[in-house]
Amino acid sequence: MPDDLNWAIGGEAGDGIDSTGKIFAQALSRAGRHVFTSKDFASRIRGGYTASKIRTSVDRVESVVDRLDILIALTERTVHENEDELHEDSVVIYDGERSTMQDVEVPHGATALEVPLKRLAEDAGGAIMLNVVALGAACEVTNFPIENLDESLQKRFGDKGEAIVENNKQAARKGQEYVREEYDHEFPYDVETTDEDYVLLNGDEAIGMGAIAAGCRFYAGYPITPATDVMEYLTGRIDQFGGKVVQAEDELSAINMALGAARAGARSMTATSGPGIDLMTETFGLVATSETPLVICDVMRSGPSTGMPTKQEQGDLNMTLYGGHGEIPRFVVAPTTISECFWKTIEAFNLAEKYQTPVFLVSDLAMAVTEQTFSPDTFDMDEVEIDRGKVVDENDIDAWLDEKGRFQAHFPAADGVSPRAFPGTTDGAHMTTGLEHDELGRRTEDTEVRVEQVDKRNRKVETAKEQEEFDYREFGDPEADTLVISWGSNEGAMREGMEFLDQEGIDVRFISVPYIFPRPDLTEEVQAAETTIVVECNATGQFADVIEHDVLQRVERINKYTGVRFDADELAAEVKATIADATSTQEVQAE
Amino acid sequence: MSSDIRFTDFKSDKQPTWCPGCGDFGTMNGMMKALAETGNDPDNTFIVAGIGCSGKIGTYMHSYALHGVHGRALPVGIGVKMANPDLEVMVSGGDGDGYSIGAGHFIHACRRNVDMSYVVMDNRIYGLTKGQASPTSREDFETATTPDGPNQPPVNPKALALASGATFIAQTFSSNSQRHAEIVQEAIEHDGFGFVNVYSPCVTFNDVDTYDYFRDTIEDLDETDHDRHDREQAKDKILEGDKEYMGVLYQDENSVPFEEREGVEGSMAEIPDGAPEGAMDLVREFY
Repeated sequence: MPDDLNWAIGGEAGDGIDSTGKIFAQALSRAGRHVFTSKDFASRIRGGYTASKIRTSVDRVESVVDRLDILIALTERTVHENEDELHEDSVVIYDGERSTMQDVEVPHGATALEVPLKRLAEDAGGAIMLNVVALGAACEVTNFPIENLDESLQKRFGDKGEAIVENNKQAARKGQEYVREEYDHEFPYDVETTDEDYVLLNGDEAIGMGAIAAGCRFYAGYPITPATDVMEYLTGRIDQFGGKVVQAEDELSAINMALGAARAGARSMTATSGPGIDLMTETFGLVATSETPLVICDVMRSGPSTGMPTKQEQGDLNMTLYGGHGEIPRFVVAPTTISECFWKTIEAFNLAEKYQTPVFLVSDLAMAVTEQTFSPDTFDMDEVEIDRGKVVDENDIDAWLDEKGRFQAHFPAADGVSPRAFPGTTDGAHMTTGLEHDELGRRTEDTEVRVEQVDKRNRKVETAKEQEEFDYREFGDPEADTLVISWGSNEGAMREGMEFLDQEGIDVRFISVPYIFPRPDLTEEVQAAETTIVVECNATGQFADVIEHDVLQRVERINKYTGVRFDADELAAEVKATIADATSTQEVQAE
Repeated sequence: MSSDIRFTDFKSDKQPTWCPGCGDFGTMNGMMKALAETGNDPDNTFIVAGIGCSGKIGTYMHSYALHGVHGRALPVGIGVKMANPDLEVMVSGGDGDGYSIGAGHFIHACRRNVDMSYVVMDNRIYGLTKGQASPTSREDFETATTPDGPNQPPVNPKALALASGATFIAQTFSSNSQRHAEIVQEAIEHDGFGFVNVYSPCVTFNDVDTYDYFRDTIEDLDETDHDRHDREQAKDKILEGDKEYMGVLYQDENSVPFEEREGVEGSMAEIPDGAPEGAMDLVREFY
């Protein structure tokens, strides 16, 4: 059996599915194994099917596959929901003594492993620990040293006292012993440990950590799935660095508070998801026109309207690219991996301040709720660089005063970037507004000044294109006939998908683009390929549209909008099919 | 901060485009006087305004200022003050801005109690859009959009403030410039959210709530035995139907500003050139 193991626990929301998954994922990570988690959850607090899935290997894992080796099923539905992913070596652990589980039929010749989870948990001190009993059973099945669980149990339950921690350790061992004693079955799994030290975090946490690293001091937000984890991460932690999180009364307030803090000189941010972005759009134009540096994070979910709040989609590209009335210069940065969530957040703050412009930092649900292992030096804080742009103080402000001694906060500089004076700076007092304004920030309808200021603001984007590198990440064979392009969280699935394609002799060049605007010009790359395929989690191909617009050439599209992220093997199959289709079309056209 | 600051230092060189006789002239002059009296200067002052005639105030005053979008001035002010508690933050708006489109923010600003002042120019009409009913317009006040009157009672902003936990609630009349300036000064000096509703008559579109009307009906609380620290008394006064008041209706002596309770100390503007010290601990948490 390959070392690559796919594990899941499923049940009803409220069954502790999430935290059980987290405990096991941490145990694996602490044991020096790579981990990639995913969640399947419904928009409710209790009830409804929910699952936590873990893929783990000694090698890096970047995506999910549609195969399950170990399934802990707390409900009968869990077995049905995952039926297609089970195979003859799968092991389904469930409590056969539960009345609702007595008729469970385990499909595809998988092993049904009945463990009296509740009874053993009660023996260990409380029925509530039945999930931990199941974890112990899973350790035995996978030959994974149970001691690795202890530290994550300590981390999870330490606050509740040592007795609780001990009871949980016992519960795990009861599960382990039960399997050892009651089954003499040889399981084909052997989950090795290594001496590597990994950290395990999700995309929202990486964004929050990036924000603190970047010197963000003020965060205002309103809870919304799947962006709330950013706020929860920052709450408490940002205070240790002199910052503050404020939970606003709504998204309108959140972005306006963040704007106020930014004008007061703080590095400032808000995060939300699609519906919240809609509400913030009113102020988005003000942020740009008043030339206020602000990072606005959109953790996309399935839309439109309230859509499917707990499901994956990349449907907000057009909104971030074009949202807002009038024409608004902006940056749109979209990290492609969890570690990129950290680094691109830092970059977003630098872009915002260097160019005094709003920056959309676009992530998605799949990235937000996925936890992945990294070597700690992936987040080397010594590499963090802060660039605050043209901030002036008492010493150099004179150069920016007009003949009457007034500070020209919107001076139409050649590079489009004006000086910035934080409130409190002597002689820096100035007005700013969302109305069209002159160089002093005063309202104007003068036609020449209007054109001058519009050009000045738009020029920032041109300057940034000259000064920054809005590049892409590239994988595979640069000479391949097939070019695959994607943005956001699809990178991992595509990278692994390329291995499947490779086994079938299909060579691809893969370009993963973390910048939506400005974005790299892919004209040469598309022209060099026979077939270009743009992969994204939306129905209409919003990124494919902008690529076509840029290169003036048709591209193929792979779109998934079921609410579930791409699986690596599924994506590989889609790419293969698309190449075949495109090739036959090209041949027909050639005839 | 220099001690020889005069209120005219807060004046910009832009001439107001308010109608001659507009109440907002007096309101603004009082704000400038109060700022100067409280020892502030333009470089440590941040004025936030929304949209409408009132929203123009940032242009006519000289300070750090932001003229934002309709109804959202309060959250901007909160953000400014949270990020730099050393600044004097004053938010200004109109009755539409504050009690209609921004009513949600008003309630939460009252309960959040950030140390700033909020001066609302209440003329009981939408002036800049040329005369539609506002949330404080009388029930039978006929306008282009409400030919038979709004047919709903006006918002009582003082009651809204009190019910929302405001720690300083006052009302002034822009025409009585001396009292108006004194009360705004008190709002500035109050440790928390200092809310001042100003009767600021619209001479063009409101022929009911005129200077004469207010002059004839207004009662100065200083000439009564009103105890501003007594919440019950404040409640009774505020809920009394037809009376117009001038003065401080309520002040909580024990008010502690939100940013202080939250432990915000000093400006957040200064940050290091790289990641802050101890940032690697954030990574270690994920072991």
